[in-house]
Amino acid sequence: MILTGRVIYPGKAQGIALVSHQALSFFGGVDPENGIVLESGHELEGQLIANKILVFPSGKGSTVGSYTLYRLKQNGLAPAAILNAECEPIIATGCIISEIPCIDRIEIAKIPNNAYLFVNGENGVVEIAQVSPQTS
Amino acid sequence: MKTNMVLTAEEQDMLNGVYGKTLRKAMELLVGLGTIYNAKRLIPISSAQVAGVSYDNLGEAGLEFLESLAAEGITARVPATLNPAGMDLENWQKLGINADFASKQYRVLNAYEKLGIQLTCSCVPYLIGNRPGFGEHIAWSESSAVCFANSVLAARTNREGGPSALAAALTGRTAEYGMHLDVGRAPTVRVIIEGKLPLSDLQTAFYGVLAKQIGERCNEKGKKEIPLIEGIDQISLEELKAFSASIATYGGQAIFHIQGITPEADNYPVPLEETLVSTVEVKREIDKLRNAAKTAIDFYTLGCPHLSEREIERIAQLVKGRKVNGEFWLTTARSIKSIADRKGWTEIIEQSGIKFSCDTCCVVAPIGGRFHAMATDSAKARYYSTSKHQLPTSLVPLEDLIDIACQPKGSEQ
Repeated sequence: MILTGRVIYPGKAQGIALVSHQALSFFGGVDPENGIVLESGHELEGQLIANKILVFPSGKGSTVGSYTLYRLKQNGLAPAAILNAECEPIIATGCIISEIPCIDRIEIAKIPNNAYLFVNGENGVVEIAQVSPQTS
Repeated sequence: MKTNMVLTAEEQDMLNGVYGKTLRKAMELLVGLGTIYNAKRLIPISSAQVAGVSYDNLGEAGLEFLESLAAEGITARVPATLNPAGMDLENWQKLGINADFASKQYRVLNAYEKLGIQLTCSCVPYLIGNRPGFGEHIAWSESSAVCFANSVLAARTNREGGPSALAAALTGRTAEYGMHLDVGRAPTVRVIIEGKLPLSDLQTAFYGVLAKQIGERCNEKGKKEIPLIEGIDQISLEELKAFSASIATYGGQAIFHIQGITPEADNYPVPLEETLVSTVEVKREIDKLRNAAKTAIDFYTLGCPHLSEREIERIAQLVKGRKVNGEFWLTTARSIKSIADRKGWTEIIEQSGIKFSCDTCCVVAPIGGRFHAMATDSAKARYYSTSKHQLPTSLVPLEDLIDIACQPKGSEQ
């Protein structure tokens, strides 16, 4: 299946989708030193976001979240790409300064958790693989 | 950089690097955001509020990012104030901050000073001299202050991330989209409050939890709604401060409207969609959160967002002649504390064992691992203490919190 959205930050990525239907705050909500979601009661609590295609509707919370994304990237723990329903400026700023591919206005309800995704941040196209490819 | 935005000659020069690398980077970020969000142009701003100050939040990566921006000697073009740091800048040793952290924190502040940002170190710029007027375009980070500025002051700012607010301060510009346009500020859902509200005073815990419930409700359908709230006929500055902080934390709102209270509430068509929020539910959640820590509390904190003069006065009245049983911080701006000093409130408060921790707060100070359980009146603080600091936290209304803190220490401690 192919989904198309708006490019927030360009770049290509592929990987396993980690999907939440709840808004996410990177500051406080994700540990920049280990890439694990901290927010108590969040759908993704305890999950590692590093190198995943992180899918969630929108950001919330602190405006320091842009720096948390930057720290995650510098620590090698950033998501491979971010897909949002509506990307707010805090996440957009974080993706721009950290160079993380990001697309929004995607129908995230159509993305199953753990699906393998090909994200093309050049043209805003996300492809959901039918079967997870073998490691090459 | 590809963009359809129309830039002035000066803006184009900044983007092309004519004024150096720092302004080029700043302009790339602003034009990047403007292009994404379909802004037609950049607009001048009258002030900036810059977040991303505590070394606990920035880490080495953030510190180096700021120092590289400061290297060229470019300074802010508009009045720009700064968010809280990770420690009290004068009294950090007595508050248990280690010297290594302090030296990193000073490097962050030196970088901001070089960049021409006023080292106000507060999340309530609107109480200490940076108070924009109706319709003024500004570029603020600090989610609680953004929400207060848009909603209560009717100034106009997006929820700027720390770096984009800094870029706006350095260029004096921001991209014209979102909250800068009428269409982005219009309410999309009526929120009708059912039931009796407490008499307006310093009901910060109540309004924090009310805002949490409204913020969560406004995200239930997978898109962020802007609420037009009906049923509040009086609300204090402090309650609005708590409300702004909490709705931004739990809902990510940049703006809310309260009919009869906030200045733009009647400027837009009334939304067709409506939802009810019951004060009984709010009180039920407060009762649930009151003992949420489930273990003996050894850290109390008030001042998220930073305390106002009136809150400090009330605390002084409540603790006069009493002693607290654990570490207890009041967090506020240094300039607000200086008023408390002159009024004699500081002396009364410090005699009880409570400490002022200026320039910082419990959200951004490195308190993780230092305490077993915390109590606060702030719904926002509770979110970050339980997540970022992994600290069990009870939410307790101001007067009750002081009563608990002044009980003699139990034998279990």
